[in-house]
Amino acid sequence: MKKCFHFLVYDMDKTVVGIAEGKVVRSPGELITYALGSCVGICLYDRTCSVAGMVHILLPYKKTAVNQSNPYKFADTGIIALVKDMERCGANVRRMTAKIAGGAKMFERSDTFKGEVDETQIGQRNVEAVREVLRELRIPIIADDTGDRLGRTITFSAETGQLTVKTVRWEWKKL
Amino acid sequence: MVNYSELDDTAQDLLREIGNIGTGNAVTALSSMVGHSFNVELPQVRIINYREAPELLGGAETFQTGILLEIGGELSGMFMFLLNEEFSKVMLDALLGPGDWDPVNMDEMCRSVICEVGNIVCCSYVNALARLMGIKIEVSVPDICSDMVGALLSVPMIHFANLSDELMLIENRFFTDKTAFTGHVLFLPEMESLEKMFSLLGI
Repeated sequence: MKKCFHFLVYDMDKTVVGIAEGKVVRSPGELITYALGSCVGICLYDRTCSVAGMVHILLPYKKTAVNQSNPYKFADTGIIALVKDMERCGANVRRMTAKIAGGAKMFERSDTFKGEVDETQIGQRNVEAVREVLRELRIPIIADDTGDRLGRTITFSAETGQLTVKTVRWEWKKL
Repeated sequence: MVNYSELDDTAQDLLREIGNIGTGNAVTALSSMVGHSFNVELPQVRIINYREAPELLGGAETFQTGILLEIGGELSGMFMFLLNEEFSKVMLDALLGPGDWDPVNMDEMCRSVICEVGNIVCCSYVNALARLMGIKIEVSVPDICSDMVGALLSVPMIHFANLSDELMLIENRFFTDKTAFTGHVLFLPEMESLEKMFSLLGI
């Protein structure tokens, strides 16, 4: 119990997961990340011990990046780091389920000077990478709200495992 | 590698000057577009970490409209102009006639009007840059999106997350007789373009 104190928040207030951050809370804690655009928020939950984790990733794979200092920036290393953080708090990867949100295409961007990286697809590539990594870890995705052209604020409850999505055009949606 | 924050005062002053000139051009262009004059405060030019950007723009969930332009040619990178609901309404009133405009749910007409405003503002800065440095810069077709400002920023942020954590933010406060409103311009040059800019400017 003691060794994972810095991950745990017993407070009823929501724990904010910033950009390229991963956090873990126990019931009745709640996690929140604001304004996901092309980024993806991955929420993992172990119902048996009511431990919830959330990571806010920006890019698909660590190996393709120049600046690799922060594991939570990438889908592959971010999810693995989050699973480890949760296991340190008593969760077990075999019991975990996942809910994911984000990966939107904010701008159309048909005309670009750089042919190489197609920015418009980054949201989709993020989502694909997340699905791939979760498949490898055998964590089932039980709900998702991805793609489209809108920003999302998401909250995730360690008490119920419920994911709530809010946008500027529609109010809360529960998953 | 060059980082914005490693620049000395002279170089930062130069960036500010580009910001000032760009704002001057933008105000002139906007005034002639809407047919009346604006007053503008001296723009605030800041070098910030991208994580700070949503807070400075009123919080990640604040509704804003962003117009994104890519630049290429001798300098490459992105420009983004951000305007809040108030600013959008003033522009729609001026250009489409007074009405009950809703910047959150804009139709095609409103979107293209606001997109053009953003295009003009961004190009004012591009011109200031090009003229000051004596180079040619190409500009892409503008793209528009209205949503939470944090989500809008995720696009340039992801693009530059690989390289640098900093961006240049120019804040402009405009006034008409009736209202005051704020617009922001973000300038995100590619790393080699930033290096090129400073060598061209003799820094």
